Amino acid sequence: MPRWIQILIFVIVIGVLIFFAIGLRARGELQPSVGVAPDFKITSFDGQAYQLSQLKGKVVVINFWASWCPPCRDEAPFLEKMWRQYKDRGVVFIGVDYVDTESAAKDYLKQYNITYFNGVDLGSEISQKYRIKGVPETYFVGKDGNLAGNSLGPITRDSAFMTEAQFVRKLEELLAK
Amino acid sequence: MRAKIFFVIIVALFAFAQFSATPARAQGPNIDDEVNRIAKGLYCPVCPNTPLDVCNTQACINWRAEIKSLLQGGKTEQQIRDIFVAKYGPQVLGAPPAEGFNWLAYVMIPAVILLGALIVWFTMRTWLVRHAPGAAPASAPEIPSEYADRIEKDLKEL
Repeated sequence: MPRWIQILIFVIVIGVLIFFAIGLRARGELQPSVGVAPDFKITSFDGQAYQLSQLKGKVVVINFWASWCPPCRDEAPFLEKMWRQYKDRGVVFIGVDYVDTESAAKDYLKQYNITYFNGVDLGSEISQKYRIKGVPETYFVGKDGNLAGNSLGPITRDSAFMTEAQFVRKLEELLAK
Repeated sequence: MRAKIFFVIIVALFAFAQFSATPARAQGPNIDDEVNRIAKGLYCPVCPNTPLDVCNTQACINWRAEIKSLLQGGKTEQQIRDIFVAKYGPQVLGAPPAEGFNWLAYVMIPAVILLGALIVWFTMRTWLVRHAPGAAPASAPEIPSEYADRIEKDLKEL
């Protein structure tokens, strides 16, 4: 077999291996829970914009949700209640609507009387930055702009992911820092 | 008289059937078929590897309704695909857009086919040359000189 064919085979085999290695690595990456919170800009349904990095000095709760997601509905009233309770203490809630239709999302916000900031994850860019595996997922950002934990499932009274009591403790802990 | 009434009823029923069937034919291709055709080329990120036309999650149902609404609004298939990519990301497409690292996915398959073809071609050529009528027999493997000398010596001693 000519030398150039052997080199070509070698290059193609290496290429295939790199391709699969990168794919496997990307698939195996977990959601971040520490380090600098991935920055993003999000625009609300009524046109108001937020940039995460400009919220330093505040505790930020980022909640990924979708109107088609039943567990999101389970935690929605609690999150709204928490927002009303903590909004004057330097806590910002950001709802990120994941792969959802606008009309269904607006109906959802109306149904649960959600008043905190909510915007669409255009192009799924924010959910990719946080490598979310589904909804709901909630991320906590401390006053220093670093991630301070997450809940990779619904936050309910007896949730296996994060209970309502744990959520309150987490906010108090972050506010105290 | 009865026959006349019967005839009128039959004619009326036939006319009604014709009238009710006419609008459906006048609309051309059914919009739901059109929705499914476009949905077939889009994928739901909620249930991986499932085309939108066969996915029965609420998300997919909402998306199909959105396609229908966009079609009714006069959007073309390409415009709908562009809107979905802008809103939900390129993962909604059946195939990744041919840009950046994604090129590798497009290059890899032809490259592997080319590689296989080259291997087959060279193997066949070598085999045909070796087995062609009148081809020189394969040369015997070379023996290291020290062994050759020893064999020579042993043969002479015999």
